[in-house]
Amino acid sequence: MSSAVTPWWRNRRLIPWLLQAVVGLVVLVLVAFLLGNLVRNLTNAGLLLTWSWLGNPSGFEISETVIPFDASMPYWRALMAGLMNTLRVVLFGLFGATLLGVAVGTASFSSNGLLRLLSRIYVELIRNIPLLLLLVFWYFVVFLSLPNGAAALQMPGVVLAKSGLYLSWFDSALQWQLPLLENGVWQAPLRISVEFAALLSGLVIYSGAFIAEVVRGGIASVPKGQWEAATSLGFSPLLTLRRIVLPQALRVIVPGLNSQYISLAKSSSLAVACGFTDLYSVAETTLNQTGRAIEVMLILLGSYLVIDLVISALMNGLNGLVQLRER
Amino acid sequence: MASTAPLVVRANPLRRLQKELFGSRLDGLISIALLAALLAAGLGFFRWALFQAQWVVLSANSTLFAVGRYPVDQQWRLWLLTSLLALATGLSWGLLRAFPGSGAVQPLWPRNDRWAAAILAALALWRPMALQLTLAIQLRWWGIAALLLFARWASGRYGPAIPHACRRLIPLLWPLLYLVGMVLISGGLGLVQVPPSEWGGLLLTVLMATFAILLCFPLGVLLALGRRSELPLLRWGSVIYIEFIRGAPLITLLFLGQNILGFLLPGGLTPDRVWRAAWVLTFFAAAYVAEAVRSGLVAVPAGQLEAARSLGLPVPLALVHVVLPQALRVALPATVGQFISLLQDTTLLSLIGLLDLLGTARTVMANPMFLGKSAEVYLVLAILFWSCCAALGLGSRALETRLNPHSPSAPQA
Repeated sequence: MSSAVTPWWRNRRLIPWLLQAVVGLVVLVLVAFLLGNLVRNLTNAGLLLTWSWLGNPSGFEISETVIPFDASMPYWRALMAGLMNTLRVVLFGLFGATLLGVAVGTASFSSNGLLRLLSRIYVELIRNIPLLLLLVFWYFVVFLSLPNGAAALQMPGVVLAKSGLYLSWFDSALQWQLPLLENGVWQAPLRISVEFAALLSGLVIYSGAFIAEVVRGGIASVPKGQWEAATSLGFSPLLTLRRIVLPQALRVIVPGLNSQYISLAKSSSLAVACGFTDLYSVAETTLNQTGRAIEVMLILLGSYLVIDLVISALMNGLNGLVQLRER
Repeated sequence: MASTAPLVVRANPLRRLQKELFGSRLDGLISIALLAALLAAGLGFFRWALFQAQWVVLSANSTLFAVGRYPVDQQWRLWLLTSLLALATGLSWGLLRAFPGSGAVQPLWPRNDRWAAAILAALALWRPMALQLTLAIQLRWWGIAALLLFARWASGRYGPAIPHACRRLIPLLWPLLYLVGMVLISGGLGLVQVPPSEWGGLLLTVLMATFAILLCFPLGVLLALGRRSELPLLRWGSVIYIEFIRGAPLITLLFLGQNILGFLLPGGLTPDRVWRAAWVLTFFAAAYVAEAVRSGLVAVPAGQLEAARSLGLPVPLALVHVVLPQALRVALPATVGQFISLLQDTTLLSLIGLLDLLGTARTVMANPMFLGKSAEVYLVLAILFWSCCAALGLGSRALETRLNPHSPSAPQA
């Protein structure tokens, strides 16, 4: 009697390891091939990895910065200024998009039919239009066609002109200061450039539509009986939303918000389309001047990865707070 | 025949409108304010569109927007391709109606189809005239629309007579047409070569989007399977790839493709700028599609794979025949959502200097003749993108109901 020997190609233990070995080998060979080329090409071009160029003076200006910057400062300072600008847009963008998204998302449950319809139209309209198109629209069509000087749009405490958005604020002497027209030029304690305003409006309106969908989905996930039970216990509609529905809806909303926030942070790199100097646009200029492609790419990818991770960590912390705690 | 449908009492539409808009005093105030704002905005828009907007910027550049700098003497190839596409669309449309899946006999032209045909005919009649195209080009568009509608009619009418064996080959028409289209556009096989740098406008946008969509899907499925695999090397490889791509903005990856790919490949092997961007788009979208497909894989109970395995199916066959059909059906909306955002992302090509639709628009706007006419151009681009994305979304929803085993229009076993 001969016992049937399992042939090697039907061996359940061997095949997975063989498969992995083959895939691993292919990936290894590919990476070695690419890295080998990289090193060879970089050596030929005299661009081997080095970071000393970061200390050289940059020689370009950045139109608006959070930290002081001028052309005589080194490249690392320019990249830092760009990163600060990116962070500024992302922070304001997150705030604005959340406000808009929550407003529109809750409006889709309004008792007013027109309001419900409008919130649907807004979401369906914006989600199907590319963000880049929205950004260039806001910059070139809306903000760059604003009048300047005395013809500027004036509202109480706020002036909207082609040269920027002027807001009232406390001046250095802690006096409330309104925007003033001096020799045809507006002066105000707070000025927001049109580039920043265009980028922010585009980002907020685009991400707001996606966040509105997340919020709507979250509220819709709360069973209708919860509303009815709260109403029958005598809760007012607003109180029902705040104490009964939102705490349950947040469990669904927060994970969805996380990915929307990360995508907003990444989308802020489109700032270059409306002339705002963010990290990406500084990196592009730096690369064009120095030719240091690898280093610039590493800085760029690393920065966005860190921003994503920070947002993710914060949102995961928030998620831990709102999730149902079971024994 | 006894009807079991519930009796629906419909309120007077006027009463309903009153309840919707003026249910309470606050609702009434909100409604009035919103109606006033809408009216003002609508009036302002129509006044602008009819009296102030100068649409000449579009008609003067219509060829540029459509095909970019494609050589004029080779443009017949694109006309031929458009006609073939119209023919294939009409055929598929008619056959989908001839075999609705549910077995229920449908009229040759159901109501939705009559609407679609009417809109198509109206667009074909009005659009070329509105763009003030020459008579020869207008005639071509009319011919293409007529061809589409004729193919729709013929396949709807005579489709059921096609033998079963041939019917199965019909879906293969599309991949074949794609290959024919690539040859027609880029040249080769006896046709004059047209380098990718001369493609532009709508042609480039559509080409990039379809190329990336077609290739990112299989890649994404493989990555998703890899991520769910029990083999550590495959799993970690997929996780690292997906998370790396998802952590980076697309524009930095496109930038990487333009500036670093040349260093990674031996000299002379680097593809053209357009193809480099196409591959970056593909690899970028694959990571997102993988996440969408993974959500579908999670939804398939583990017992399905175990049952298939215990019936003696090897893992690859069990995945293909048992797990993936269920997973992809669940993942369909999310996957199409990724395709939609991929179509939108093609606009980013304009930032790395390619002349897709938005890139073409930017070059047109740089022409002093058309300075300050950006509103018209961007509006039309927005309408175009909106219609394409909305159509994809609608198609995904229709496919979802067709694939849903519990819906009335699903194929009966």
